[in-house]
Amino acid sequence: MSMTQQATPAVDTPPAPGQKQSDGRTRERPLALRLLARPEVGVFLGAVAVLVFFLFAAPPVRDGSSMANILYQSSTIGIMALPVALLMIGGEFDLSAGVAVVTSALTASMLSYQLTMNVWVGVIVALLVSLAIGAFNGWLLVKTGLPSFLVTLGTFLILQGVNLAITKLVTGNVATDDISDMDGFSQAQKIFASTFEVGGVNVKITVVWWLVFAALATWVLLRTKYGNWIFAVGGNKYSARAVGVPVTFTKISLFMLVGFGAWFVGMHQLFSFNTVQSGEGVGQELIYIAAAVIGGCLLTGGYGSAIGPVFGAFMFGMVQQGIVYAGWNPDWFKAFLGVMLLGAVLINLWVQRTATRR
Amino acid sequence: MTSNETGTHGAVLKDTPPAEDRALVELRAAGKSYGNIRALHGVDLKVFPNRVTCVLGDNGAGKSTLIKIISGLHQHTEGEFLVDGEPVRFSTPREALDKGIATVYQDLAVVPLMPVWRNFFLGSEMTKGPWPVRRLDIDKMKKTADEELRNMGIVLDDMEQPIGTLSGGQRQCVAIARAVYFGARVLILDEPTAALGVKQSGVVLKYIAAAREKGLGVIFITHNPHHAYMVGDHFSVLRLGTMELSASRSEVSLEELTNHMAGGTELASLKHELAQVRGVDVEELPEAGDLTAPVATSSEGKS
Repeated sequence: MSMTQQATPAVDTPPAPGQKQSDGRTRERPLALRLLARPEVGVFLGAVAVLVFFLFAAPPVRDGSSMANILYQSSTIGIMALPVALLMIGGEFDLSAGVAVVTSALTASMLSYQLTMNVWVGVIVALLVSLAIGAFNGWLLVKTGLPSFLVTLGTFLILQGVNLAITKLVTGNVATDDISDMDGFSQAQKIFASTFEVGGVNVKITVVWWLVFAALATWVLLRTKYGNWIFAVGGNKYSARAVGVPVTFTKISLFMLVGFGAWFVGMHQLFSFNTVQSGEGVGQELIYIAAAVIGGCLLTGGYGSAIGPVFGAFMFGMVQQGIVYAGWNPDWFKAFLGVMLLGAVLINLWVQRTATRR
Repeated sequence: MTSNETGTHGAVLKDTPPAEDRALVELRAAGKSYGNIRALHGVDLKVFPNRVTCVLGDNGAGKSTLIKIISGLHQHTEGEFLVDGEPVRFSTPREALDKGIATVYQDLAVVPLMPVWRNFFLGSEMTKGPWPVRRLDIDKMKKTADEELRNMGIVLDDMEQPIGTLSGGQRQCVAIARAVYFGARVLILDEPTAALGVKQSGVVLKYIAAAREKGLGVIFITHNPHHAYMVGDHFSVLRLGTMELSASRSEVSLEELTNHMAGGTELASLKHELAQVRGVDVEELPEAGDLTAPVATSSEGKS
């Protein structure tokens, strides 16, 4: 599927004003092939395939409430996969994203419980802490020029240790105290962890947030200056800087966006379970990264979409729950994921080669 | 940076009529040290509108350092750097762009995976709408990019194709067209022909000439004296961080230019050594006395 046939440049012909002319080097490609070159189409087909497979293999999946459950599972991954995907398009990734979720939830929980304040105080402070962690990651990366793997591996380990140590220090336990009877709890729960009914099926609010954030992210990525900058700093940050793109601002703000996502998911966990286990979150960062990669984002940056990770997260939720509904051993889940990830990476590789073939 | 105008750095600066006798960009005994390494020392350079100033030099001669100073990526550590007669010191490329100094880098010109039109407007995007819903004016940008490229003679069917699918020469031309569109007064081209074939180089040289006709001052960095001589009005040869030659077209022949490029006097002494070695033909190499072209700090030719 070559997009252009390499030949001598057709620049010798002077342009005839007002007359539409073509350079005669690009063939109109079949629609199917053009679609396949989009980053999100491959994963969309994959998601459909997984869905159809489980509709046949696991009859309970056909039920509406099972589907709502699958979407809920997908949304908790998907909300984080979005900023992680944007960051990846911007050329970096964040290993601390998984534990940062727990850090945020712990901050909100312990602050409001220990000081007996309205939970909203904890929620706001947690947001600031999450954004600060993101800003720190980004700032360190930009200032030192170290790879994001090293920088965020450091934050990952720091946060993991701090989560456990501070929680034990403050509560004397590995989990925080139940905050469900505190001021403002029910209000916050409405926003972060409520359930509503659609046609007799209970749907979690996170599914709505997930789709809203995805729509927003897509719009920003494709229709705004900032989105243009994300692609540019991921594609070639030296070129981007040379033409006047604020590379430092873009990178740091992307890390802060991941912080925002971690805060949101953290609040959801806090207000749906009332308490937080301090050791959780380890390994989740790889799930987010995998969802983004399956969603068609290049690990090396500069290419991807916000819709792709939505389907990527859906595939995760589908497989995770589908295996349970099919009555199989859930141990197979990770093996499934591995296969999906490798398949997605191979497709990405092929797309990248096609797109840059000269 | 406000975003409602097209190309923040262009329109305003175009209004000042380019005075033929005043240099747009001038370096006076400028130099740059990295720690204790002196990469550039005592360089004088003047760039006039409607002129192509060629900077030649071998690898490590200081060409890159020179353009990095002018384009705002690095700061000079000695001497003076003047734009329109005013001393300046840029800390980011953005500041240089705002002064109308645009640089087209050999390898950094574009983001390969991004579509042609996004590359064309990168860093100076056109937008529409009020703030919360301020968005890219995609139709206008595509149309403008297509028109501008056609004006430069580049015809593309699909503005959406990744710029990485274009040939090297075309990519250079897109970058040059972009700089010209955004109202650059000074265009710095960093070895635009180094990685290109003969025909593609010809295309790029044609655009250099076209840019000069539009009244731009062009700084053409190259290590190919033939390419330089085809379009150049003034030639500066750098060697080991210092000016080896500064001459206008009337003062230097292609042959002399080539000799200076090749190391000039060094080559002449090397000739005697090589003569001792069997099988090396030294007849064609110049003697030191053949190099009659004026050396650095001689008067700039009529500009």
